[in-house]
Amino acid sequence: MEDARTHITDYKTYAFVWAGLLLLTALTITVGAMHLSRYSVLICLAIASCKALLVLTYFMHLRYEGALIKGVIFMAILTLTVIIGLTFVDVWYR
Amino acid sequence: METINDKAEEGRSDYKGAKLGMWFFLITEILFFGVMFMLYSVNRSKYPHAFHIAALEENLVIGSVNTIILITSSFTMALSITAIRRGNKMLSSWLQLATIVMACLFLINKYFEWSAKIRLGIYPASPALLQKDKGEVLFYSLYYVMTGIHGFHVLVGIGVISTMLFFTLKEKINSESFVKLENTGLYWHFVDIVWIYLFPLFYLVT
Repeated sequence: MEDARTHITDYKTYAFVWAGLLLLTALTITVGAMHLSRYSVLICLAIASCKALLVLTYFMHLRYEGALIKGVIFMAILTLTVIIGLTFVDVWYR
Repeated sequence: METINDKAEEGRSDYKGAKLGMWFFLITEILFFGVMFMLYSVNRSKYPHAFHIAALEENLVIGSVNTIILITSSFTMALSITAIRRGNKMLSSWLQLATIVMACLFLINKYFEWSAKIRLGIYPASPALLQKDKGEVLFYSLYYVMTGIHGFHVLVGIGVISTMLFFTLKEKINSESFVKLENTGLYWHFVDIVWIYLFPLFYLVT
């Protein structure tokens, strides 16, 4: 299998990702302007996460990285989720 | 003499180690920004109405333009790595320069955005701000701290990418040795991701 050292992403792939990011930006601005109150937070954050995933996978070459780097990032995001989750439990049930 | 140095240089380079080290640094950054996002969420859940009112004051046009600028600068940064790996030094240099120019544009927009707010008397601990609701004070404090620290990261990015441009022109970065540029790219894309989350939270969700 190809890894990050040997794989060269071509210009076209990056152009598609860039176009995708711009489309998602347009979508999130539209959703924001619709004033869906409670749901607009959730939808905008879901769109932001799609954009972040695109950047991580293609621009940051995570697709071609091994299990070590992917695992380290997964643990970091899991840790952050636990910290935020526990904080909210504290805020809501105090 | 030069060949011996080249061999020594080769022995010292550790592509995987350099990448992993950069990711460890980025993880400290994820946690650093993550906790600020947590503060934002907690305060938003406590003062939903005040956050709603305050976010309406934000300049959506400047926010959107800066989003497009930063996404495009990430794109040129990614392209510059493919260019250098294909041995196209000049194209890579131009793309890096384009990234630097867009980073500067981002900060110039930020300058106009902040100075418009400061002219209205809204800045941390200003008399006009302290008269407002507690939730709005928190919103603007978070706004200044989070976009400020993000802006500082953009400023650091300009410095680092300029250094990489210098290395590329000196051929210290070339089609065989490019991990410095790749790690700089990782940093720059991370700064882009932070903005991807800051933009909806401060400008869109009203």
